[in-house]
Amino acid sequence: MEIPYTVEERPDTGLNNVKLGIWLFLASEVMLFGGLFSTYVLLRVIAVEWPFGADILSVPIGAFNTVVLISSSVTMVLAYAGLKTNDLGKFKLYMALTVGLSLLFLGVKAYEYADKFSHGDYPSSNTYLGIYFTLTGLHALHIIGGVIVNSYFLGPGSKMWETSKEQFTNRIEAAGLYWHFVDLVWIFLFPVLYLL
Amino acid sequence: MSEDVQAHIRTYMKVGISLLVLTVVTVAVSYLPFGVPLAVTVALMLAVFKGSLVASFFMHLIGEKKAIFGVLMLTAFFFFVMLFIPLMGNADKVGEFFTLPNADAPAAEADAH
Repeated sequence: MEIPYTVEERPDTGLNNVKLGIWLFLASEVMLFGGLFSTYVLLRVIAVEWPFGADILSVPIGAFNTVVLISSSVTMVLAYAGLKTNDLGKFKLYMALTVGLSLLFLGVKAYEYADKFSHGDYPSSNTYLGIYFTLTGLHALHIIGGVIVNSYFLGPGSKMWETSKEQFTNRIEAAGLYWHFVDLVWIFLFPVLYLL
Repeated sequence: MSEDVQAHIRTYMKVGISLLVLTVVTVAVSYLPFGVPLAVTVALMLAVFKGSLVASFFMHLIGEKKAIFGVLMLTAFFFFVMLFIPLMGNADKVGEFFTLPNADAPAAEADAH
């Protein structure tokens, strides 16, 4: 049975199911990260002492990773624009850059984690590190999920372009919406954990 | 169609550059000798501005259909409900004198940042 409204708009919502589905998923993600941000605020407000993020984490490294993730959002939206101009080559170029930048972000994050562990700093060490590892760890899992999906669309998933261009473009739009959301979460995580 | 997409690409590039500049501003501002409340306010205002740029242009919220805004408004409502749920733990203490556990924490050190 064919899934309805993957390309054409539903008359009641004015949207195809792909777009409505990804936005509903992102709404659930807002609640997931929102709960953890709420936890951070509570823990910080009731803490007797709270360290200054820059004394524990490296601001230049965090800022570098922010630049990397914002750049990956730009390449992601350029990959989508490539499909809009019927240029699969441009899509593949920018999607490859997006995946590359995502892996760079994960590499830098792994370096940061390894540095912390080498100094005996673990999630169990104190409340600040507990919420730091929880928030950034969950965010890193989202990055890994994005890398898997984007790599699929860069490789075997791109075959759909030959059979259904519009449906493939919709899929990339949905993947892009997810990726920009992951970027958006980091835009809040960086100042909250590194600068305040 | 193609010219339309080219115009969008120019917008994406401008937004991307703005986000990078705002990241530098966010880091620079954190080195200013603000107190904690002002530092938190400025940092969050910059983050909200950057986030709204991403949502408006990269996620195409500008010009999106009403159903999406409906979903987002419901999400925002429940998000704020969730934020305030922990406060209900103190609802039975309304009118009583209540001191936060960290009320005696040294303020001078906090103000240094």
